[in-house]
Amino acid sequence: MEVNRRDFMKVSGASIVGLSLLQLGVDVKPVRAFAQTLKIEGAKEVVSVCPFCSVSCHIIAHVKDGKLVSTEGDPDYPINQGALCAKGASMLSMTRNEHRLQKPKYRAAGSTQWEEKTWEWTFEQIAKRVKQVRDKDLILKNDKGQTVNRLESMFFIGTSHADNEECAVAAQMARGLGVVHIDHQART
Amino acid sequence: MTNHWIDIKNADAFLIMGSNAAEHHPISFKWVLHAKEKGAVVIHVDPKFSRTSARSTFHVPLRSGTDIAFLGGMIKYIIENHKYFKDYVVEYTNAAFIVNKAFGFKDGLFSGYDPKTRKYDHTTWSFEMDEAGLPKRDKTLQDPRCVFQLMKKHYSRYSLDKVSSVTGVSTKNLLKVYEAYSATGVPTKAGTVMYALGWTQHTVGVQNIRSACIVQLLLGNMGIPGGGINALRGEPNVQGSTDHAILYHILPGYHNVPIADWQTLADYQKANTPLSKDPKSANWWQNRPKYVVSLLKGWYGENASKENDFCYGLLPKAEKGADYSYMFLFDRMYHGKMRGGFIFGLNPMNSLANSHKARAAMDKLDWVVVSELHHSETTDNWHRPGVDPKTIQTEYFLLPSAHRIEKEGTVSNSGRWVLWHNKAIEPAGEAKTFGYMLVGLMNVLRDKYRQEGGALPEALLNHDWPKTYDAEEWTRRINGFFLADTKVGDKQYSKGQLVPTFGALAADGSTSSLNWLYTGSVTEEEGNKTKRRDPKQTAMQEKIGLFPNWAWCWPVNRRIIYNRASVDPTGKPWNPDKALIAWENGKWVGDVPDGPWPPQADEKGRHPFIMQPHGFGQLFGPGRVDGPFPEHYEPVETPITSHPFSKQLSSPVYKSVSTNLDQLAKPGNPAYPIVLTTYNVTEHWCGGGETRNVPNLLEAEPQLYVEMSPELAKEKGIKNGDGVIVESIRGKVEAIAMVTVRIRPFKVQGKTVHLVGMPFCFGWTTPKCGDSTNRLTPSVADPNTTIYELKACLVNVRKAKQLIEIA
Repeated sequence: MEVNRRDFMKVSGASIVGLSLLQLGVDVKPVRAFAQTLKIEGAKEVVSVCPFCSVSCHIIAHVKDGKLVSTEGDPDYPINQGALCAKGASMLSMTRNEHRLQKPKYRAAGSTQWEEKTWEWTFEQIAKRVKQVRDKDLILKNDKGQTVNRLESMFFIGTSHADNEECAVAAQMARGLGVVHIDHQART
Repeated sequence: MTNHWIDIKNADAFLIMGSNAAEHHPISFKWVLHAKEKGAVVIHVDPKFSRTSARSTFHVPLRSGTDIAFLGGMIKYIIENHKYFKDYVVEYTNAAFIVNKAFGFKDGLFSGYDPKTRKYDHTTWSFEMDEAGLPKRDKTLQDPRCVFQLMKKHYSRYSLDKVSSVTGVSTKNLLKVYEAYSATGVPTKAGTVMYALGWTQHTVGVQNIRSACIVQLLLGNMGIPGGGINALRGEPNVQGSTDHAILYHILPGYHNVPIADWQTLADYQKANTPLSKDPKSANWWQNRPKYVVSLLKGWYGENASKENDFCYGLLPKAEKGADYSYMFLFDRMYHGKMRGGFIFGLNPMNSLANSHKARAAMDKLDWVVVSELHHSETTDNWHRPGVDPKTIQTEYFLLPSAHRIEKEGTVSNSGRWVLWHNKAIEPAGEAKTFGYMLVGLMNVLRDKYRQEGGALPEALLNHDWPKTYDAEEWTRRINGFFLADTKVGDKQYSKGQLVPTFGALAADGSTSSLNWLYTGSVTEEEGNKTKRRDPKQTAMQEKIGLFPNWAWCWPVNRRIIYNRASVDPTGKPWNPDKALIAWENGKWVGDVPDGPWPPQADEKGRHPFIMQPHGFGQLFGPGRVDGPFPEHYEPVETPITSHPFSKQLSSPVYKSVSTNLDQLAKPGNPAYPIVLTTYNVTEHWCGGGETRNVPNLLEAEPQLYVEMSPELAKEKGIKNGDGVIVESIRGKVEAIAMVTVRIRPFKVQGKTVHLVGMPFCFGWTTPKCGDSTNRLTPSVADPNTTIYELKACLVNVRKAKQLIEIA
């Protein structure tokens, strides 16, 4: 019978818990049966990309009832062919870890603590401050009388973590505000 | 990368330098091992022995910061031993160009240097032109003013003995590398260069890479399978974030940022559109006006018209020569000149040089908006050790961000493949995507300007800005639209349809595109090509691991750039066994060629390096601010006080800032005799902000250490596992001593020079793991890029009486 690459990965993955690879050549039915008892049974496969170095290894996320139950390297992607490094292999714990920030927070001047806030409040407060700085500090003309429309006292830095689409948003927004101090990890 | 990850397998020789590929791009390294199994020689040149070294054919340790001396010696070896690929050098590089008579080089300085401004006037770094306005060439390469002869003379000083005395590499090891690598200077062999931050993070970072470019051009290794200059790129989407210009000095698609002297769009286009009188030069940047106008149409939509200069006037204009990068930003912040700002997905309190200054600078802000997955040294700078939060008057807004598996969109890998990733699950808690945050915030702000007015409201309000963030809508915006009914070839497109290729972008306002390089990624004909998962290949493509139907690659799905250099002037592959493109029966087969024209020898042909105004690979590179030929200069903090190549000890034009926190150790300072280099570990990413919060990764790499040779440890009375203090003139850091033969003492100018190495991924928000290594590193930078010199500075090491930062 034909064993495609994906099935092979399933079988060889299962072999770690006691099944011999030799069974590939004999009969994969019992292996299939075992695979169906795994935690990924009935899970939806969603292809994503590892968020670390720019090899951009592909990862399959197994999602059940809206929850991530497992991640593994994508065997079909021609670059990583199913393999992942320690960071890429940690997608599950990275996604679920208890340290993840869950809500917008605010720390007032001189305060010793964070306060949880809503997104609406947060946007409103940030927008107020941005507008205040921009309205006060935007330089319309330089010393030579040339039009420059730039805001030197506010900055925007980050990030190579953003998708291309988000980078395009950030690049457009920063120029719209007149910000010139723009930088990110490409320079480190 | 000029090439791509799978293409690595096609190399016959590897020069891995300024990178520890096996540990930092682990999955890529299997392609190196594939090649090695087939007989390729893998050379690792790096200060320390790592897992990359262990899997290489041989490892050659060199003192950090001496790469140009090392490669200068290789250039001399290649030229004097006739190892270069002569036809390639003559036909495809500027070796035969005649250089301006006034150009010169003396005592470590090129012509045009002004010591007062510490800058070069580049006027003499130019070529002689003939009556037709074309560069004069001597294809015999004998003219004493031709690039080849000037280069030969320049590197004649880089003898084995001198190179050895500076780099600390034995002459035997130098020869071993030079011989092995230069064996690729024949048509049927390929050598690849793999580098990373070990090359960029120096005051001569750009020239490190330029040196490798010269080697690759001399050996005919550019544009061919298994060749190229391959920046491995450590950050997750740093190719894409650079393409889209989250950078002060360029606009998306690699256009210079507008400066005050270019008041009108016409001024801008004139200053930024190169001219060539050579009908055989593609001079691709002559198309720039089309891309810039399409960008403005993408940004300002219907508000941009020919009559209002496409809103060019609203854009911020920089002052000529002004530097708004990190180093100057944090310097201005320290001086109280910045009021607020945004730090998204970045941990500068750990990853930038001179952390003490960066951390103190942040305290001077009125407010800051930080977006992260976890608390980091940046989000929580206000209560860092040793600081009373009550004294910090900065307001902090902390926005929880979604990570990649929780959102959809594209990223670009190092090989320029644009890859769609799907959203698997909802973001944790109330976390949101960066796109949601920025689009939403901008809408609140735009409403305020609509209602209240304010400074230059039209600069914000004229933008074509959506109500909500939808990733794929932006994939299409980046690709671009026709804004009027347009015919391309024999195909009719109507207004609102996607532009199929950047060849169809126009300078008259009839098209939009947020980045011309990405035009063609989403089309009416084939949909969103970044989602393609088709491994289909021709036999020719299969042989070299080319996957043209998997995702999409910029530009125009060309997988290896400069690929016209992989064939001879008649279009025949230099290496028929690993053909990349070939001219067959009047058309190109294989990869998408670098332009549709016939081969160079044809009347309608073009020179292969189409992005250069003259069409030739630049052995002589007049565009850099620190010289047309790379020259060895010591790191700013160096253990030696002179070197044998010139009287100019360090780069004459490196960038720096000066405050009470920016002290530098003098060359040869006996208080700081040891070279420090920094790097990272497989288990952590960059400043460690994410990975230290992942329990299994932290368990694998739990604390800050310093690697040192047994000889240095003995000298200092330090044992493996001891707590130590590493100290520079700027600060001190606690670490655990890792005494290992992976680091060897260097013999430099007859004396022993020790080097130590430290990761920089640890920070105080993870209890007792240690704190920023960058408290040791200096705010000095490459003059072209303003990238900090993080890879070589001076420290001392002593045994600690007690440890506070590390448990």
